[in-house]
Amino acid sequence: MAAPMERVIKQQTERSTFKTTSFQKKTRSKLLSIPGTRPSVQNGQLLVSSGVTSLDFLLGGGLAVGTVLLIEEDRYDSYSRVILKYFLAEGVVCRHRLFVAAAQENPDDILQELPAPILDDVAIPKPVEQPRLPCESQESLDSMKIAWRYQNLPKVQTALVSSSRFGHYYDVSKTMEPEIRQAAKSHCFYLPDHPQKTSNTHSQFLGPYSALLKSLQEVIRQEGFEVAASMSNSQNPNVLRIGLHSLGSALWGDDLCCSDSPEHRHSLVTFLYGLRALLRSSLAVAVITLPSHLIQDRALMGNITRLSDYSIALESFKGSERETNPLYRDYHGLLHVRQVPHLNCLASQLPDHKDLAFKLKRKQFSIEFHPVKSHVESTG
Amino acid sequence: MQWCNRVNTGLFIASPAMYTELNSILNTSPESFTKGDFILLSDKQSDASFLIHHFLSFYLRAKCKVCFLAMVQSFSHYSTVSQRLGVSLAQAKEKGQLVFLEGLQESLSILIPQDEHTGSQAMNFLRDPKLGLQDLYEFVSSKVKRSCGGEAESEEWGPPVLLVDDLSVLLTLGVTVGAVLDFSHYCQATICSKLQGNMVMLVRCDQEEDEGDNESPACLLKGLTHQSSLTLDVQGLPTGYCRDIHGQVEVCWQRRQGDGQNTQNKLFQYKVHDKGASFFARGTSSAVL
Repeated sequence: MAAPMERVIKQQTERSTFKTTSFQKKTRSKLLSIPGTRPSVQNGQLLVSSGVTSLDFLLGGGLAVGTVLLIEEDRYDSYSRVILKYFLAEGVVCRHRLFVAAAQENPDDILQELPAPILDDVAIPKPVEQPRLPCESQESLDSMKIAWRYQNLPKVQTALVSSSRFGHYYDVSKTMEPEIRQAAKSHCFYLPDHPQKTSNTHSQFLGPYSALLKSLQEVIRQEGFEVAASMSNSQNPNVLRIGLHSLGSALWGDDLCCSDSPEHRHSLVTFLYGLRALLRSSLAVAVITLPSHLIQDRALMGNITRLSDYSIALESFKGSERETNPLYRDYHGLLHVRQVPHLNCLASQLPDHKDLAFKLKRKQFSIEFHPVKSHVESTG
Repeated sequence: MQWCNRVNTGLFIASPAMYTELNSILNTSPESFTKGDFILLSDKQSDASFLIHHFLSFYLRAKCKVCFLAMVQSFSHYSTVSQRLGVSLAQAKEKGQLVFLEGLQESLSILIPQDEHTGSQAMNFLRDPKLGLQDLYEFVSSKVKRSCGGEAESEEWGPPVLLVDDLSVLLTLGVTVGAVLDFSHYCQATICSKLQGNMVMLVRCDQEEDEGDNESPACLLKGLTHQSSLTLDVQGLPTGYCRDIHGQVEVCWQRRQGDGQNTQNKLFQYKVHDKGASFFARGTSSAVL
């Protein structure tokens, strides 16, 4: 839900029907504190990091909880896939839950390829939740000879420290260790595992995405990500990170990218509407990649953009004449910020710079202002 | 003219809780405003939602019974912004002054089939958009007519007002332009003509559109402009993005005012800030002067 957390507390007390007095204690100290999130400086919304610190800065500090980021894929789906993996890796490091959906390949494969986090100043979280068998503990623990008084202290401190930072850096040349990856629970949705039911008339309009929306709602309900449920239960609230790969492509059963006047013209848009409805009432963030270069209808693309909250487009130089252009040699492509929402406030905060270029370095995905583009094209 | 003098005196700071300049441009105030008006808000490549927030708080202040169809954002979004403008939506809802249809929430029970269907029938167009917006109209008229029934508590509220944010999302979800025009026509007949209330609707357009496309928001806009009495068209600046001037608003009166006042079109520039928006004649922005 994209409401400042103080408002959520107030609404909760207003909704309660068992008030005997009108006295309402202001419990501002009960702000939701979830590791890996921070309140926005502009309007107090709860933000999560997208995994790319320069993108966080462009989008106003991070992604607001309850919103959708739409990434228009570059031609070969290389950099959009990298950003999706950064997003999921950030979720692993912050101990958020993950939900990955894909039609092209098994989501497990995407999860195997997450970049390794650079945690040199912070200890790598060991899976301390797993109970140790009594016979194991004597041999596996290195018995301390000098500091033996500290031998029995729990090792919980390292895990907490690693997830309290906002925004981490990743090394794309290495993949994440399986131990770290397994620390975060993940749900996978692989489209071939969910054959489309033709008998259900309600979901007819959603077409190929009905199973996905239903699965998302089930996960959100069962794992307690709904805002109302999170406020009332005593367990630590958590954020669900949803990654949807290549929505709208033909592999999802959608013909948006295949024909000029598609039969499923409204399926994806209706799905995005339903997704927004789900997210506004849960502690979840979604990142969607979409092969927009295959969609011919610009008006349809405008509708899709309007039903997402954040929207960026990547244009890589690979295979184009700009790859050898000396002006662009420092960069891998251009990044366009199409839309930034202004939820819970009147004024929108668009980034000042419109000409942005990105470069994928080994340890950082950097986005920089690149003003030379328009100048050179005018002088020829 | 009164508004002209106000603008030419230089910096005109909007009071923190209202869009005072807009009220003087439109010659209205919560105490006295024309009844039976259909106000059409439109935008192209910019965001006119700040005007919806204005009209919401304006009519709540004017003690009208407001029916708000919020199709694209949640209740907490409007509630938070209205709080900054000095109006509490939660209280208005409790008192019965505000009827709020949260389209997003109602749609979920239709999009994801449940065993027991608990939502209202208003969003039935999601089941099959060819059905049109009849259920939505029935919802609106039932909520609005109740205020003019014989109930005692309804006497305290003024004429009914319908606010819709926004109509173009209905087009994207598959409803035809004809169905939306029918809906607005029915609502206008019920609310504006019969009950002497007002209507404010928002339509959002894209810049790049095919001329021959019959189902585009531009087509809808043309049809609605014909039905409306006042249009406010919000656009970006023709010269590009500017931090201090967020865009321009063109105000057109479609019908002659009751006292025969001049009905020429007026063009203003505006800037949205945290607690309101300031409007000024072209070239008189405080950043420029």
